[in-house]
Amino acid sequence: PAPLPFAVGQCGNQVGCRFWDLALREHAAVNKKGIYDEALSSFFRNIDTRSGSDGPDIYKGKICSLKARALLIDMEEGVVNEILQGPLRDVFDSKQLITDVSGSGNNWAVGHKVYGCQYQESIMETLRKSAEHCDCLQCFFIIHSMGGGTGSGLGTFILKLLEDEFPEVYRFVTSVYPSGEDDVITSPYNSVLAMKELNEHADCVLPIENESLFDIVNKINQMINSGKLGSTLKPNSLVTSHAGSAKTGQEKPFDAMNNIVANLLLNLTSSARFEGSLNMDLNEISMNLVPFPRLHYLVSSLTPLYTLADVNVPSRRLDQMFSDAFSRDHQLIRADPKHSLYLACALLVRGNVQVSDLRRNIERLKPSLHFVSWNQEGWKTGLCSVPPVGHSHSLLALANNTCVKPTFIELKDRFKKLYKKKAHLHHYLHVDGMEQSCFSEAISSLSDLIEEYNELDAMKGGPRTDPSRLKIAT
Amino acid sequence: MSIITVQLGQCGNQIGPEVFSVLCSDACGTHGLCSKKENESYCGACKERFFCEEESEVPAARAVLIDMEPKVISQTLSVAARSGCWKYDDQSHFCQKQGSGNNWANGYSVHGPRHKEAIMNLVQREAEKCDRLGGFFTIMSMAGGTGSGLGAFVTQCLRDDFPTSFILNHVIWPYGTGEVIVQNYNSVLTLSHLYQSSDALLVHENDVIHKICAQLMNIKQISFRDVNQVIAHQLGSVLQPTHTAGGSHYSRNPLGDLMETLVPHPEFKMLGLRNIPQMPENSLAYSTFTWPGLIKHLRQMLIANAKMEEGIDWQVRPPGPGSSTPSSHSTNKPLHFNTSIANLIVLRGKDAHSVDLGSFQDPSLYTSWLTPQDAFKAWKTPRAFNKYEKSASLVSNSQFLLKPLDNVVGKAWNMFASRAYIHQYTKFGIEEEDFLDSFTALEQIISSYTLL
Repeated sequence: PAPLPFAVGQCGNQVGCRFWDLALREHAAVNKKGIYDEALSSFFRNIDTRSGSDGPDIYKGKICSLKARALLIDMEEGVVNEILQGPLRDVFDSKQLITDVSGSGNNWAVGHKVYGCQYQESIMETLRKSAEHCDCLQCFFIIHSMGGGTGSGLGTFILKLLEDEFPEVYRFVTSVYPSGEDDVITSPYNSVLAMKELNEHADCVLPIENESLFDIVNKINQMINSGKLGSTLKPNSLVTSHAGSAKTGQEKPFDAMNNIVANLLLNLTSSARFEGSLNMDLNEISMNLVPFPRLHYLVSSLTPLYTLADVNVPSRRLDQMFSDAFSRDHQLIRADPKHSLYLACALLVRGNVQVSDLRRNIERLKPSLHFVSWNQEGWKTGLCSVPPVGHSHSLLALANNTCVKPTFIELKDRFKKLYKKKAHLHHYLHVDGMEQSCFSEAISSLSDLIEEYNELDAMKGGPRTDPSRLKIAT
Repeated sequence: MSIITVQLGQCGNQIGPEVFSVLCSDACGTHGLCSKKENESYCGACKERFFCEEESEVPAARAVLIDMEPKVISQTLSVAARSGCWKYDDQSHFCQKQGSGNNWANGYSVHGPRHKEAIMNLVQREAEKCDRLGGFFTIMSMAGGTGSGLGAFVTQCLRDDFPTSFILNHVIWPYGTGEVIVQNYNSVLTLSHLYQSSDALLVHENDVIHKICAQLMNIKQISFRDVNQVIAHQLGSVLQPTHTAGGSHYSRNPLGDLMETLVPHPEFKMLGLRNIPQMPENSLAYSTFTWPGLIKHLRQMLIANAKMEEGIDWQVRPPGPGSSTPSSHSTNKPLHFNTSIANLIVLRGKDAHSVDLGSFQDPSLYTSWLTPQDAFKAWKTPRAFNKYEKSASLVSNSQFLLKPLDNVVGKAWNMFASRAYIHQYTKFGIEEEDFLDSFTALEQIISSYTLL
């Protein structure tokens, strides 16, 4: 089953680039014989390039030339051009790329209204072609940032487009939220305008905060530099660097952070690609973690974040992995799930981990977590046999928890600060189709969402009376 | 007569091959502890029942494999083929790519109708390979989307297309603490629908089997494979050939016999299974059991509703003569004593024919509808099963499953009260009304079993 990724904007494409690189390396590590198998086919097509770069697809047999199933979209050429000149140039087909030159000027309205309109046709065309090449389209995956113009504006335009054209296909979005000190002044406007679209048109959103990624990378660097773990820590892993991808020159500033997001996506899709005793694909994640349509924002945490040289991991270390997943150090957004209310939680484990290990750890962790009264056993679990490269096992935890509320409240506050003074508003209102009501509707949508979380929180800790059962005449 | 096994979803397709492995290795093995003639008779009966003999190749399991994603079936086929003892027919499987997303409605309302023709063609094909079709054995989990939803749909189709064949649904009850968050909804929908088309539901609970693996089999890191192997052993102990009452030939109609014995009334279809002894293979050589000992334990397990042979409550006794029947105060009365409608004992091993089973014919064990002679049946064979010198199984239509059923319905109802996740089902055509119908049906079944 193929998830079809869309990388939109600068952030989206930089993360996307890391993702494809890691995906290739992950499959290369597992697929020693160079056979084009089911697992590979979920992310890559196999093209017969002997007759030129536009050859037919090869569905079985040896790998000839792998092409990523993806759409890369940016209204500036810089990032995409770099990808096309870099080591991944053969993985992408020019027909999958949609670019322009001038960018969106960090303006959601330009991305959404101007470029949306302008590129609607060609996006649809490219999308239909890609869909044709998939024998089964399972879901769409958008990778973008919220704070800029293209990823945020055009990205959410595409979201709406996908809903209209393919209403039955799940829409998963990985959104990078700006930090408070983001250097794009208008990022609160862009984010809130984009949030309305995510509220209404996304099935599932994984919000990610740059600050969290930054903290994680810092901690890893500290550990490496302090030599605390000595020879047990391998600095080169899929998580911390892209050493081994034949890239020369220095690491770019966001590379390590983007690697983490890329790893998140790899783990998220691992059970759909590789076998295991309890499979969990993206549709199941959406089904189990979204009890009410608008409450579809999931807190993700990933462990381990560095490689241990000691592959023979005893049980105690395995349990530590579960504990880590519930520690704030490993979360990709700054939030406090332990002191808020869980609506649902998913654990996707990779490697030699069995159902008894899962159950033992759930029993151990459960007492310290607050689950909503109608979902006391709200755990969705998956076991994938194939671990990530360089690790013996890993764990991805996804939580639908009211702890996202503060993030949204902060966003709303930052928006209001700007909006009160009407700062920079004219840049938006200039754009055809943008009116003041777009802003008021967007902030209202965000307020409603926050209110829904408030209502759930109000229930927490209250007396729990089970509803009385149906009575049957005897 | 032959039995066609229908493997549904990941669970069904992971348990199925373990079952065929046990059946095949047991039938062809040399641990029968009986005469060569007996062995050959047993082996022949097993083959006819479960396998189709091809000319020069290994026997092919009489099975249809169905899943909405390809990975599990692909694995299952190759593992079977590598075994060298048996295999699946290359053409007897049907899969799609996108899965059912743990959504019962998706399995039942979308995949079902869409793929009905292809699936039933495969079933028809298998049916035509049988000289005489004895019925269907479906293996599915209640928790997910394919086994549960598509499984319920396929069961209905089997009933429509084969009105005179028996259908036994083997249903896996998920772990109480989440494999799937919406497992209770999926379970409620599955059970209520299966009840309409199935002849009987034979249940295995993951929590129970897990305990057996931990405490009896001494497995440290328990995997789903371990759980499935215990389940396969227990199923094999019932499904392998046995002699008809007093006869010396192997029974030709196992499913029919099972239904006739255990399901006298269509309101009561829930069957539980207990098998003893259960132990790690390397301990088998060092253990000896007596039939009276095994029978005594099994009887107390029945009465006290024990799930395995450790931790049995020996204090529980059947109600004495003249005591008031529990039914009039059933809503508040703690159900210590497990009342049976009907029971079946299967004995395999040396001297099985001479075992005294009088204690199971005690009328105080049963409701008053059937005479103890009719409420209790025994199947026996001197041929030992799966390397156990003596093996005793109990298939029971009793209050065994009342508590688990009540738990699942209770949790599902609790969730339904807040309407959580309902939008995921209505998206595929299962409405609130359908949920209410299912809840009503199950409350009825719970009530019926409670009032025994």
